[in-house]
Amino acid sequence: MPEKPQLSREAIRFVRFIVSEMKPKPPYFTAFNLITVPIVLLGMGILVLRFAKGLGAVTNLSQDFPWGFWIGFDVITGVALAGGAYCITFIVYVMRVEKYHSIVNVTVLNGFLAYVFYAGALTLDLGRPWNIINPIIGNSFGFNSVLFLVAWHFMLYMAAEFLEFSPVIADWLGWRRVKKWLSAITLGAVIFGITLSTLHQSGLGALFLMAKPKIHPLWYSEFIPILFFTSSIFAGLCMVIVEGTLTHRVLKDHIDPDHHASHDEIIIGLAKFASIAVFVYYFFKLLTFLHGKQWTMLGDFWGFWYALEVGGLVLIPGAMLAFGVRHRNVEIIRMGSVLAILGVILNRLNLSVIAFKWYAPVHYYPSWQEIVVTLMVISVEIWVFRWVVSRMPVMRKSRFQ
Amino acid sequence: MKRRNFLELAGAAGVTAAARPVLAQEVVSDKEFVGVLVDTTRCIGCRACEVACAGAHDLPVPDVINDGALAKERPTSETQWTVVNRYETTKGEVFVKKQCMHCWQPGCTAACLTNAMYKTDVGPVIWRSGKCMGCRFCMISCPFDIPKFEYNSANPKIQKCNMCWERLQEGQKPACVESCPNDALMFGTKRELMEIARVRIYRHPERYVHKIYGESEVGGTGWLYLSAVPFDQLGFRMDLGTTPYPEMTTGFLYAVPVVLFGLPAFLMGLNLLARSNEEATTESTPQL
Repeated sequence: MPEKPQLSREAIRFVRFIVSEMKPKPPYFTAFNLITVPIVLLGMGILVLRFAKGLGAVTNLSQDFPWGFWIGFDVITGVALAGGAYCITFIVYVMRVEKYHSIVNVTVLNGFLAYVFYAGALTLDLGRPWNIINPIIGNSFGFNSVLFLVAWHFMLYMAAEFLEFSPVIADWLGWRRVKKWLSAITLGAVIFGITLSTLHQSGLGALFLMAKPKIHPLWYSEFIPILFFTSSIFAGLCMVIVEGTLTHRVLKDHIDPDHHASHDEIIIGLAKFASIAVFVYYFFKLLTFLHGKQWTMLGDFWGFWYALEVGGLVLIPGAMLAFGVRHRNVEIIRMGSVLAILGVILNRLNLSVIAFKWYAPVHYYPSWQEIVVTLMVISVEIWVFRWVVSRMPVMRKSRFQ
Repeated sequence: MKRRNFLELAGAAGVTAAARPVLAQEVVSDKEFVGVLVDTTRCIGCRACEVACAGAHDLPVPDVINDGALAKERPTSETQWTVVNRYETTKGEVFVKKQCMHCWQPGCTAACLTNAMYKTDVGPVIWRSGKCMGCRFCMISCPFDIPKFEYNSANPKIQKCNMCWERLQEGQKPACVESCPNDALMFGTKRELMEIARVRIYRHPERYVHKIYGESEVGGTGWLYLSAVPFDQLGFRMDLGTTPYPEMTTGFLYAVPVVLFGLPAFLMGLNLLARSNEEATTESTPQL
């Protein structure tokens, strides 16, 4: 048959293309590489020790604090900050607002990688990771577990985000017809992805519902799932603003000039959505506070810490975002976004680590090894992001247009 | 495949489709949950139960005479499924045995995504190594902080009292109950134990506080405690409430199918609206 040699020639061409693309591009000795390479090597060494000798060898986890920095920061905070993907795909694909189309690819890529690496960091924390297949293949389904739901939604959402991003990969490989076909199913993947995000963002909060006597009453509420969902909206949008600012400074060569020019307009638009979400979240926070009649709790350190989180890192950034939108001041918006992100990080850490067992005589704090592994996860994620952005038409125009 | 097998499978599929938390109180069974009544007025702090427990489960046996462990309050640990603590109370020194409470509707089993933590049909809550993936969500969700994790092992296990499930299946009593020299521990169905506990309080109203810890705490527990002094003097948490822990997440879990099927429909509706708006604007543009 005549196709056969053609097919093998095509396969050889494909493999050569992949191999040539896999090679790292110079310059190799950038400041970023010089910092991250040692971190990653050290982190890998720590992980060898962790799997050989158990979690206790490298972490400060204890019987009182079964979840530490890897769960509290990597998974629970990381996933909240990756919420930008479902917000932007909602705006662009469901509401069809064309203005934000240029950032959709890079946001979905960021979201996908964040899930792969941060939700993936969960496996590092599992004591018996070889049993992870149990809740997947169906021999042991814990249906009444919130974690079962969250784990499944993580997996399905990663698949949905991969589908959303796949037209860019098809474009990179030069598969015009595949790209057309993949683009046709994007809306379905987006709707599925938004639904899954709604459920697992709130589900991460629902994980703590049964920890009621262990979480400081200023942070515990039956409405944690709703609080987690609303805060993931602005956490994600503010991350898109900050990441956009960084990529536009660092990776300027890979960005289409038209897109670069319209970026300030996009930031102001996103800040508008984000500020609304911040105030909705603040309103919910206030409601749970008033509902719980918690005025008397504001007197001690925890009261101060709570006021710092809700006042200093929710209300103030919300006001900065709103001010920035009104006066078209992108700098204030950027600062407000950074503060809002810090607020969400602090909220997630408070619930999972800091205000968790606030009464314990010996409190958990992360070991240096836990922090190095977290930095390793972040570094490798940025490597992969950089590799993809500098090779695939993520922020450039497609070659098919 | 036999017809009967097929029907069973189809039934199982139907159940999974309508997945929701099954509450213990809804299960109709001729079996009763068993438990243990701990009468702290009878405990002499000899720690024979600790020794018997360690022997029954291949755990390191404590040196009861020399280790001086009663000097401070101890939690259970990954090598001790049960511990006896001494408390200075308004009525003098009181000893209290601590172990898994074997809740009627346990938070740990509702937390477990692999059903490794499992409430057997006669009451004991057991841990099954072949299913557990070591996420430690059971530890987060246990109101009594009972499950313990082997942090210093590459093949870590969750360690907690299983009410001697192996012995119960052979018709024996839990090892600790059998070892108790002063009848401070009594094994039986919860119904029987409640009757006995009430009778003791009724007969000696001056000896006991009129409360049975575990009667209704977190929806009721398999282990029940009698005491001469208020329970907060004995290290018991009094703020746990009477709501079974799994019920704290049922509201959220019930909302899941609603969102899972309702939200996509809503989003598709929004998308249709956005499209028809676009068409309206493109149609009207030439006229302008």
